[in-house]
Amino acid sequence: MAKLEHNHQAPLTADRIDRNLKKAFHELATEPLPDRFSDLLDQLRKADLQKKDMR
Amino acid sequence: MTADPREELTEHLGALRAFALSLTRNSAAADDLVQDTLIKAWTNIEKFKPGSNMRAWLFTILRNTFYSLRRKRKREVEDADGSLALALASKPDHDGRLNMRDFMQAFDQLPDSQREALTLVGAGGFSYEEAAETCGVAVGTIKSRVGRARASLVNLLHLKDGETLELTDSVTAGILSKHPAA
Repeated sequence: MAKLEHNHQAPLTADRIDRNLKKAFHELATEPLPDRFSDLLDQLRKADLQKKDMR
Repeated sequence: MTADPREELTEHLGALRAFALSLTRNSAAADDLVQDTLIKAWTNIEKFKPGSNMRAWLFTILRNTFYSLRRKRKREVEDADGSLALALASKPDHDGRLNMRDFMQAFDQLPDSQREALTLVGAGGFSYEEAAETCGVAVGTIKSRVGRARASLVNLLHLKDGETLELTDSVTAGILSKHPAA
């Protein structure tokens, strides 16, 4: 069983913390997205096209 | 005519939402924040420098939107239904689950500025320079915030459990529990 030095920040510990956070962040970032975002982008795209047509 | 950079926005939605969750700690507020960010990015796309880091640009917009909203409301959004901790704790059950919650609770205890710096650099893969630009502070400030955040986590976890190495290994196991080994 590994014992860590807690008095200073071991690079290995920082690395482990970051790895865990990266995984946590990745989990969140790859969750299914609500439709509202793709709907919104569609609306923005359509609004732009309409603007162009009006010119 | 080069490709419209706005077509690239979709690729960053997941990361934007994760960053929004880490700031707001509330899933409804996070989604609203992403929506505002998308509208601003879409309508100000000419301010994006082609070839530069779009994710960093979007994170900057999101962050500025968050803090200006917060100043307007003059109250902290503290309803923590969507924090990283809870998002992860609700993953499929596993014996690493409790430790993972400990880890993320410690993360949630960090001051906002430190949590944000560590989210960008440690979790988001931003360089110190990109994180500094996103937060509008000096590179040295980001480095020091990240250092203090990591040190606090080590301390918090040590006080709770005594074996940081063990704990983070369990966190990894817990987070990976969606993909059983056998």
